[in-house]
Amino acid sequence: MGLTFYLSQPFALHALLAAILVAVSCGLIAPFVINRGMAFAVHGTSELAFTGAAAGLLINGNPVIGALVGALVVAGVIGLLGVRERERDSSIGVVLGFGLGLGVLLLSFYHGFATEATNILFGNIFGVSSGQLLLLLGIGAVVILSMMVLYRPLLFASVDPEVAVARGVPTRLLGIIFLFVLALTVTEAAQIVGTLLVLSLAITPAAAALRLSAKPATVTFLSICFALAAAVGGLVASLASNTIKPSVFVTSISFAIYIAARIVGSFTRPRRTH
Amino acid sequence: MQQPIIKLHQAGLRLGDRKLWQDLDLEVKPGEFIAVLGPNGSGKTSLLKVLLGLNQLAHGTALVAGAPPQRGSSVIGYVPQQKGFDPDLPIRGRDLVRLGLDGHKYGFSLSSQGADDKVGAAIKEVGATSYADAPVGLLSGGEQQRLRIAQALLGDPQILLCDEPLLSLDLSHQQAVSALIDQRRRQHNTAVVFVTHDINPVLAMVDRVLYIVGSKWVVGKPDEVLTTENLTKLYRTPVDVVKVRGRIVVVGGGEELPTEPHAHHHEHSAKQGEA
Repeated sequence: MGLTFYLSQPFALHALLAAILVAVSCGLIAPFVINRGMAFAVHGTSELAFTGAAAGLLINGNPVIGALVGALVVAGVIGLLGVRERERDSSIGVVLGFGLGLGVLLLSFYHGFATEATNILFGNIFGVSSGQLLLLLGIGAVVILSMMVLYRPLLFASVDPEVAVARGVPTRLLGIIFLFVLALTVTEAAQIVGTLLVLSLAITPAAAALRLSAKPATVTFLSICFALAAAVGGLVASLASNTIKPSVFVTSISFAIYIAARIVGSFTRPRRTH
Repeated sequence: MQQPIIKLHQAGLRLGDRKLWQDLDLEVKPGEFIAVLGPNGSGKTSLLKVLLGLNQLAHGTALVAGAPPQRGSSVIGYVPQQKGFDPDLPIRGRDLVRLGLDGHKYGFSLSSQGADDKVGAAIKEVGATSYADAPVGLLSGGEQQRLRIAQALLGDPQILLCDEPLLSLDLSHQQAVSALIDQRRRQHNTAVVFVTHDINPVLAMVDRVLYIVGSKWVVGKPDEVLTTENLTKLYRTPVDVVKVRGRIVVVGGGEELPTEPHAHHHEHSAKQGEA
């Protein structure tokens, strides 16, 4: 069956809609993930969304709600254990190790379809029910709205924390709120690329954008465009191929954009002149 | 007679169980340039933080523009220590300055001509237009500090708090940056509190010096404060103040103390102050 057939199907349209929302959320937060040195926090939250998804699957067969709860709990724990970068990374490592072990244990109790488990790890947006899709849309809306409200003070707190504090920006509180926004985004992205591959949507687009511009608004815009190209492109390519999962295409497109941006950036980027 | 814009009365500060300056009485008038000197750990930065509303006094009172210090007050502009930005940080000089205008505000703003003009004018005033569109991480320390001053002045503050703004700058940049600060206070009657370990780059501009050692302090004109007798009393150990080629050098116990160009032994002298 051809691509046009699939694109006329509601399930594919829903998936595309979700992919667009996920891409916009990821593209919005990704520059901050890099500014704030939080790549490991993204990885930690998504791995533990896996534990949550396994628990959700076991309890009521709903991995999306499980992943959401898992990611939010982890954001809370990271926020409590350490907001400073070094402290944060070690506390994430500690929680991550234990959480993944727990996830494996939970999965060993699960006797349903084995594909459900791989879907958690590697994503499958087409397997998501319409109820879950609605939930994803809601999460995406919350992330995008929060980022629109927080954008300026969060940028201030991320690039220039000392002056931001002096100007009355609650940098610590913003850091914790951002952890929760991150957890929501990770949950969303995990549905498309899976918990193991979230980094390809939550970091790679911004890493590519950074090679091309130093203007915050441009970086954010490019990051969203790159995430959209990867997520939507990946879905369409997967539909066209008929057999290969979207996550394969999403991660490949994302990586290809990054390589291209590095090459272009090596010609256009200003260098230290002194 | 102008009302003081900063007023500290019998103010004392503690950090944990460590006693810093005590019973500090200080009034700073609009347009006054006051340098704060003292060994590392003597609470110079903490004094700025008290005025910014980020640290609480252990006792006494502080008033900024007639009111208790308040976080995020628009009365104050703040220039922090020069510290390098990551070369990959996605922010240009212009964006850093812009954050001084509305970075603390929530919500989205589409670019407005008025704001852009303001930022452009502030950048021009510090002579940074030629490199304002380069990523800050690629600029030199002196260039970054000029942008910092533009950032601090955007809010049109009545007080400028500077924390070692000349640190790690070469001589010509030290002169250029201090000249900018001096120009601002003369043109706009802005009070300047300038924390430094070396008074020499700003000696000609300074109205008064606050010298803190341990829980003790002295305040007055540079000539009055920076004397052998005064600093010997403050450090409680023999200290010599020497004038060489128009520079002031403070030497004690075989080593140089603030103010001098290359401070490298302040932890030791801080202990002396507390003894």
